[in-house]
Amino acid sequence: MGNIQGKQMVVSAIQNGTVIDHIPSKNLFKVISILKLENIDTQITFGLNLESKKLGSKAIIKIADKFFMQDEINKIAILAPEAKLSIIKDYQIVEKKVLTCPDQVQGITRCFNPKCVTNHQNITPKFTVIEKSPNVSLRCEYCEKITDFEHFKFI
Amino acid sequence: MNKAKSLVSITDFDVEEYLKILELAAKFEANSYRNVLNGRVIASLFFEPSTRTRLSFESAINRLGGRVIGFSDIETTSSTKGETLHDTIKIISNYCDLIVMRHPLEGAAKFASEVANVPIINAGDGANQHPTQTLLDMYSITKTQGTLSNLSIALIGDLKYGRTVHSLIMAMKHFNPTFHLVAPPELALPNEYKTILKENNIPFYEHTDMSSVLNEVDIVYMTRVQKERFSDLMEYEKTKNTYILRNEMLAHTKANMKILHPLPRVNEIQQDVDENPKAYYFEQARNGVFTRQAIISYLLQLNV
Repeated sequence: MGNIQGKQMVVSAIQNGTVIDHIPSKNLFKVISILKLENIDTQITFGLNLESKKLGSKAIIKIADKFFMQDEINKIAILAPEAKLSIIKDYQIVEKKVLTCPDQVQGITRCFNPKCVTNHQNITPKFTVIEKSPNVSLRCEYCEKITDFEHFKFI
Repeated sequence: MNKAKSLVSITDFDVEEYLKILELAAKFEANSYRNVLNGRVIASLFFEPSTRTRLSFESAINRLGGRVIGFSDIETTSSTKGETLHDTIKIISNYCDLIVMRHPLEGAAKFASEVANVPIINAGDGANQHPTQTLLDMYSITKTQGTLSNLSIALIGDLKYGRTVHSLIMAMKHFNPTFHLVAPPELALPNEYKTILKENNIPFYEHTDMSSVLNEVDIVYMTRVQKERFSDLMEYEKTKNTYILRNEMLAHTKANMKILHPLPRVNEIQQDVDENPKAYYFEQARNGVFTRQAIISYLLQLNV
């Protein structure tokens, strides 16, 4: 059982698929929504409020028979910059992926500025990522105001 | 087809373009009436009222021999019927060669520039950008000082919300200025602009009192301290008279010093300053027409 041998699994192992670990607990459901996991019909299991030395409290998602494209997965980097992705084949981790925060973000979060045109017209919000760590902050392409991590409002 | 170049934000232009605009503005000042638009149609879309800016643009268009269509009051438009900004801009861009627009929502001009197939000039989008003001400020600076470089500039008043101040910093950072920032603590320059100044190695000094600064600088850029910006009205009462410029304060200022203000002023520059040769704000407004002629000509690539 390779890397997971000897550990008690809180969330049961998958044979093939993707494991996303080290998601901050409070952002789990937002991650699910951004990755559109509600539209997937293979088995998905997740654990929430698990103990984490790094995050205090973390969440983990295991998605059977699903493999993400890098740009698809990078979308969650603004929510879970510390997240680790493992590709599982036949119960073994065959690849670990690190998230790379994108330079541009589109259609994920709203602009924090109530006077921004994107909050009044049917316009997809677009941002330039101006800070990637420890917390992400975004500059609106339209009103040029900065929306920081604490004020993300996901679409 | 290449997207038409617009002026939405002051950072849409590079240094070379700033200088080109200033050069063109000087040509228009020397001879303002030139029929280079030759009957072309410019739309002037004011989704919120602004008499001075609108008339300055319309004067610029008329001097260039263009025709103006548009509105100065949103109540007379289809927006009141629920038409989206997207559709309004899409349709009007079929009727004209360039759109000048002011809108109360921030980012509206940027959005319009994505939708339209003609250039957009942002004449103010909420508290965000007003780039033609910045270019006319730069023209006024270069005209009075003979240069844009190595000047000492005092920015006084509301440095937190004042969009003209933010844009002026973004444009002038290329010309090795020294800034004196004079504001009450509640209205100090936001950190993001201080970071930009530091990254560009531009010296800046923060003050809460303007008297120590006036005698040192080449340009005094005044802005209005508005009561509604204060969360603590006691603080407003304490500071409101600190940011008023009076004629007697100018006695020992440098000979080349000029006072600029984006206008309208309320009482932050007392009327006794108006007669002082260092008061430049009315001529600054006049420079706005030449600068806007220059911007329109540049975006439409007219031969001047």
